[in-house]
Amino acid sequence: MSVLVIAEHDQASIKGAARAAISAALQIGGDVHVLVAGHECAAAAGAAARIAGVAKVLHTDSPDYAHPLAEQLTALVMNLARDYSHVLAGATALGKNFMPRVAAELDVAQVSDITAVVAPDTFVRPIYAGNALATVKALDAIKVVTVRGAAFDPARDGGATAPVEAVPAGPAAEGVRFVGQSLTQSARPELTAARVIVSGGRGMGSGENFHLLDALADKLGAAVGASRAAVDAGYAPNDYQVGQTGKIVAPELYIAVGISGAIQHLAGMKDSKLIVAINKDPEAPIFGVADYGLAADLFEAVPQLTAAL
Amino acid sequence: MKALIAVKRVIDFNLKARVKSDGSGVELSGVKMSMNPFDEIAVEEAVRLKEAGVVTEVVAVSIGVAACQETLRTALALGADRAVLVETASELEPLHVAKLLKAVADKEQPQLVFLGKQAIDDDAGQTGQMLAALLRWPQATFASKVAVANGGVEVTREVDGGLETLALKLPAVVTVDLRLNEPRYVTLPNIMKAKKKPLENIAAATLGVDLAPRTQVLKVSEPAARAGGVKVADVAALLDKLKNEAKVI
Repeated sequence: MSVLVIAEHDQASIKGAARAAISAALQIGGDVHVLVAGHECAAAAGAAARIAGVAKVLHTDSPDYAHPLAEQLTALVMNLARDYSHVLAGATALGKNFMPRVAAELDVAQVSDITAVVAPDTFVRPIYAGNALATVKALDAIKVVTVRGAAFDPARDGGATAPVEAVPAGPAAEGVRFVGQSLTQSARPELTAARVIVSGGRGMGSGENFHLLDALADKLGAAVGASRAAVDAGYAPNDYQVGQTGKIVAPELYIAVGISGAIQHLAGMKDSKLIVAINKDPEAPIFGVADYGLAADLFEAVPQLTAAL
Repeated sequence: MKALIAVKRVIDFNLKARVKSDGSGVELSGVKMSMNPFDEIAVEEAVRLKEAGVVTEVVAVSIGVAACQETLRTALALGADRAVLVETASELEPLHVAKLLKAVADKEQPQLVFLGKQAIDDDAGQTGQMLAALLRWPQATFASKVAVANGGVEVTREVDGGLETLALKLPAVVTVDLRLNEPRYVTLPNIMKAKKKPLENIAAATLGVDLAPRTQVLKVSEPAARAGGVKVADVAALLDKLKNEAKVI
């Protein structure tokens, strides 16, 4: 048995979601190999080699992989995948994009967004916005699995360094090319890696009011999130979205401001260690999951809280 | 050009799914079923492209039991021109659905296939990408903007940390995200019109796709309930709790 983990990275370091996927791979057992495909990403390959339990790093370097397309990553992974019993990646925008393509080319099922490894072929995954947990056994010879980052502790560096083997790049993608990107510039931590998250909902009332949360987040060193309702209303960009169809987070402290607590939102944050809710409606469902609830006008409470920190 | 849209019948998004007491699955009998919300966005996008004169025909396809006809009628009421039901009572996994959709795409020869980025029942998020792989077409997932021009399509995608733009040659598969558009409401006259639009029924068995299960659900259980905590009186009391009880700040 051997597991191939396709690791997401920023060319220099391995992302938290990939470290979580490596943790899941180590729970599955067997040799764990990590593929680092990128452009001038030797540092990231080196970082992967230092993670405890990694037996080998496969390093592919090509300008084509500066912004890897699903088609390119799939072609590269297909050059390797048949030597493994499992192919894993984080359930991030990147992993969600290319992994089903790999599964289809292998003609196997994918098990999406697992939160636990029960046995090498059996996994737990949330369905129906986390209102149910399915224990799923994968019957195909090769198991293709994406891993929920918030559900596994990130694999840590160990004392040893695994060998790094160069792997040739796969074919260039046909019929699709990268045009550009616009990433949110922020000095704040990433949502999925933040220790503290301050999230706003429809109760914020406007995009301008949403900036009230920035001041609080800055005091706490927190990331800023949003409910789908707030994104829908145009108060916050979509990459802020926490919930069933956005990001799944589990920070130490989650402060929900003006969020009623729709099941789609709870699906994305209810595994947070401590939840604080501030909402003027004392009957809001969010109070049913909050450790500390403050039924108050957020436009008074948030500035007070910010000033007191 | 023709656009194909795949629509799924799922538990209505306003309802909370309840796990069956025997742990075999989620209770669906007597539960309101609707079109997967992301698929409504897919239909809307295709219909808008038709209204803009880019697309000439919008074909909606659904796969599953006979009741999926209702979902297809909704797609027709939203503006699709005709519908195809691939009927089967089999338990379907995303790979099965992708293979059946490929069979429909082979027959219909669309230039664009739109799907929701995920269905809100199994939350798998696989079908569009699998379909693209099987067709060997380029894909753009999580679309927040779609512009068709010069024999191709430029798609802006929602990615972690922001947006990414890809240029794809046609034919291509696009899965749609929340902000792509706001689907129109179904009006009564359009519901009446939809009843007269053609709906073709194809037995899945005639498409030559192996529907043997690739996964086995051993059990479905309720997640551990999170106990609600306490209400605090004011900001000072909240701060005190955070500092001295939870010790998180």
